[in-house]
Amino acid sequence: MSKVYDVAIIGAGVIGCAIARRLTLDGARVIVLEKAPDILDGASKANSAILHTGFDAPQGSLELACVQEGYKEYEALRGQMNLPLDRCGALVLAWTEDQEARLPILMEQAHANGVEDVAPLSRTETLALESALNSTVRASFRVPRESLIDPWSAPHAYLLQALLNGADLKRDCPVLAGQFDGRQWTLTTPRGDIQATYVINAAGLYGDKVDLILLGQSSFNIRPRKGQFVVFDKMAARLTQHILLPVPTETTKGIVVCRTIWGNLLVGPTAEEQEDRETAGLDQDTLEMLRAKGAEILPELASEEVTSLYAGLRPACEHKEYQIKTHPDTNMVTVGAIRSTGLSSALGTAAHVGRLLEGLGHQAQPIKIPDLPQMGMLAEHETRDWQRAGNQGILCHCEKVTYREAMAVLNDPLAPKSFAGFKRRTRASMGRCQGFYCGQAVQSLLDEKGLEHD
Amino acid sequence: MTDTQLNFDVIVVGAGPAGLSAAIELKRLGTGSVLVVEREKQAGGIPRHCLHSPYGMREWNRLMFGPAYARRLTQDALDAGVDIRCETTVTALKPNGVIDISSDAGQQTLTGRAVLLAMGARETSRSARLVGGTKPKGVMNTATLQNFAAFCDHMPFKRPVVVGTELVSFSALMTCRSHGVRPVAMLEKNGRITARAPFALAPKAMGVPLHLETQIAQIHGKRQVEAVTIIDPSGSHTLQCDGVIFTGGFRPENALLRSSGFEIDSGSLGPKIDQYGRLSDTGYYCAGNILRGIETAGWCWNEGRKVAQCIAAGLQGDLPPRTPVNVSAQASASEHAIKFTLPQAISPSDPKAPVAFDKLQLRLSDAYTGDVVIGTSTHRVSSKPERRILLPLPQSPVSQKALP
Ligand SMILES: Cc1cc2nc3c(=O)[nH]c(=O)nc-3n(C[C@H](O)[C@H](O)[C@H](O)COP(=O)(O)OP(=O)(O)OC[C@H]3O[C@@H](n4cnc5c(N)ncnc54)[C@H](O)[C@@H]3O)c2cc1C
Ligand SMILES: Cc1cc2nc3c(=O)[nH]c(=O)nc-3n(C[C@H](O)[C@H](O)[C@H](O)COP(=O)(O)OP(=O)(O)OC[C@H]3O[C@@H](n4cnc5c(N)ncnc54)[C@H](O)[C@@H]3O)c2cc1C
Repeated sequence: MSKVYDVAIIGAGVIGCAIARRLTLDGARVIVLEKAPDILDGASKANSAILHTGFDAPQGSLELACVQEGYKEYEALRGQMNLPLDRCGALVLAWTEDQEARLPILMEQAHANGVEDVAPLSRTETLALESALNSTVRASFRVPRESLIDPWSAPHAYLLQALLNGADLKRDCPVLAGQFDGRQWTLTTPRGDIQATYVINAAGLYGDKVDLILLGQSSFNIRPRKGQFVVFDKMAARLTQHILLPVPTETTKGIVVCRTIWGNLLVGPTAEEQEDRETAGLDQDTLEMLRAKGAEILPELASEEVTSLYAGLRPACEHKEYQIKTHPDTNMVTVGAIRSTGLSSALGTAAHVGRLLEGLGHQAQPIKIPDLPQMGMLAEHETRDWQRAGNQGILCHCEKVTYREAMAVLNDPLAPKSFAGFKRRTRASMGRCQGFYCGQAVQSLLDEKGLEHD
Repeated sequence: MTDTQLNFDVIVVGAGPAGLSAAIELKRLGTGSVLVVEREKQAGGIPRHCLHSPYGMREWNRLMFGPAYARRLTQDALDAGVDIRCETTVTALKPNGVIDISSDAGQQTLTGRAVLLAMGARETSRSARLVGGTKPKGVMNTATLQNFAAFCDHMPFKRPVVVGTELVSFSALMTCRSHGVRPVAMLEKNGRITARAPFALAPKAMGVPLHLETQIAQIHGKRQVEAVTIIDPSGSHTLQCDGVIFTGGFRPENALLRSSGFEIDSGSLGPKIDQYGRLSDTGYYCAGNILRGIETAGWCWNEGRKVAQCIAAGLQGDLPPRTPVNVSAQASASEHAIKFTLPQAISPSDPKAPVAFDKLQLRLSDAYTGDVVIGTSTHRVSSKPERRILLPLPQSPVSQKALP
């Protein structure tokens, strides 16, 4: 027997997860189809985890609108779902005369974007806020509401709320083809056909490909842009309070130094174009460069230990703007090329897509009192499970992940299907020892639970 | 003891060879209550999962495998009246022997009149080595490999590459060979192996090619490791394999010390101690691999015992005050040859007081032949890097108290 869904969402990146939540709460019967063994396995697996205000977004852009709507909604719902927010603020730093000259222009842009609270800081004021900063800094401005979040618990919470309120999820389920018969879609997957009235393409790095297989054409071409990072151990986090941003160039926001919500410190990302949509390879010379760059900005970083390395792929394309398009003839919406702000904009983008779907004629009754998931709190500045009674002891010592946290994740409706998925949900073995102490214990726990691991 | 007891004469952090031997010695010397806090499920430290010898020679003149050795030390401690609390992690060290712990009961605070820190050391991870490529499964340190061998019914790979040629690297080889795993190569970036020369024969005896002057540049593979790119003087090559074991590069497990505000020696990455094993807060002592990365279990065991004697004396008020003078060490012919000395500082001496570190441990980061000036005396040294070199302890400063 096959069920007809109102909406099938292709892709469970942060964007697909947020859309699933929005449409489910708005009353639609939703299914999410994800080709990878677990969700968040594409662009959303690795980012800088900054919740942007949009101060530097293109003026009047859809991206700006989505980022700002997304920011507001994140603030509103995070308390309900136990999601962290570290409102540390950002400093945009000028190291050269040219960069200094650009600060007023960037502040003007922030004002124009409705980010009114930016404040210029002299060299002395900058160093007073960040004493570990290289003292050759010339000036800066502060963006108080730039914040840090957990890049994984947020999308997990979005999708989990969708699931709790009736949505379905199929992982390991790539959409291979699709037919629209004038009324509804039939999507072909290795796990059977899926029928839905509307289809949303949220396939991230494959957004253009999915348009091609469903519509026969695509108005954009994804050009993956890799970003590599080095992460320093928790002791390094003392070196900065703020997110330290450079003055951006035409092509990139540049290399950021900031804490993570888990209390580490990251330096990255690079911006490297590549063809490969799957593999974000690490390159030793680039990693050395990032290490050196970090130490240039925060000299004391030179003697700190690197804890981990990672790289992500931005779903960039030849256009700067998000590629959000409705296809009224075929009941479809493409949500493509959400390049470098998708984590911030996800909830706003989802609300926008909800309105687009209404425009296509979709009607439903919003759920009156939706169920709310409660996420595990992994933020370093909040009370963690290891501090509470009944935690069943610690599984991963570096990140202080408890057995209770691990079991909660393994028993959740959105339980991980891979080792990587487990790590994203718990942070187990992502700390300084990289599994020296807990690697085998984590693997055995997953073996015991019968996870098919990567 | 009940779990509600919060005050102890001595609290030991870490139930490895150093911590357990110290606890046993403290009880032998008549110390009232001694608690060992251990974060793993079982006491014993690293030897728990070393399914090989040599362990136990220095301690009991017996050749033992790691697990038996760990069990014996643990049993001896229990028999001596030591309390051991496993699955309990020390999360903060505060002034005057006050420590925070976390366990299933949540957070608690304990107090010791003295606290011995014996948290051991770990190997350097792939990430900290900045090795490029992808992040598939099958990349790990020796200890993790050994945990698989000891506590798991399957091994994480069949044909790994072993990176490094320290003593522990040969443990990795042995563990592989005794568990049906056949390493495809052993890589060493220098022109000779790091362990003593005879070990160079071991890989061949085990059928594993040893590649000198060879570095690992990249790891390939999507789910499991599929290959590595290596670079040797003739260029770069691809080596098919299904795992990578990064061995050695030991560093003290010092995060707790650092987050608690103790000063760290930039050479040893351990805390700075005086000849009694004391840290800057005199309630705290240190012994074992937390001091310097790696030594043998027997060495750490002995160090634990010796520091325990100082702790016992300290509890009686028999240790001179900690007014140390830093040890200055200079290699005349090479600025960077010296990695560290242990102890880093010398407090006044007292004929009544036992001394835990009666020799100066010197370690080199590069091979060096020449003079080393320690304080006012000069010593001739000729050694490879990372070897234990023992020199006479510099003279103690005159105790303030001893002056009329
Ligand atoms: C280095 C870097 C730093 C970043 N920093 C930030 C930041 O600080 N703040 C911020 O807001 N944003 C940041 N971003 C951007 C953010 O991560 C992305 O915008 C976001 O992850 C895009 O999500 P997505 O859901 O569109 O794509 P994806 O996460 O790629 O999701 C698409 C999903 O679709 C699946 N899929 C593809 N094809 C099919 C198919 N045929 N059938 C079924 N499923 C399919 C994929 O497997 C994937 O899971 C950063 C990105 C990078 C790379
Ligand atoms: C793979 C391998 C093979 C080896 N083979 C040999 C050999 O054949 N022969 C030999 O003589 N030596 C060998 N060694 C070295 C030997 O095992 C070590 O020298 C010895 O274990 C060091 O003892 P330790 O007590 O200093 O530290 P460890 O044995 O590391 O013990 C430290 C203990 O402290 C605990 N701990 C750490 N932090 C905390 C905290 N915050 N709270 C509570 N507990 C904590 C740890 O869980 C651990 O149990 C080997 C080492 C390795 C890694």
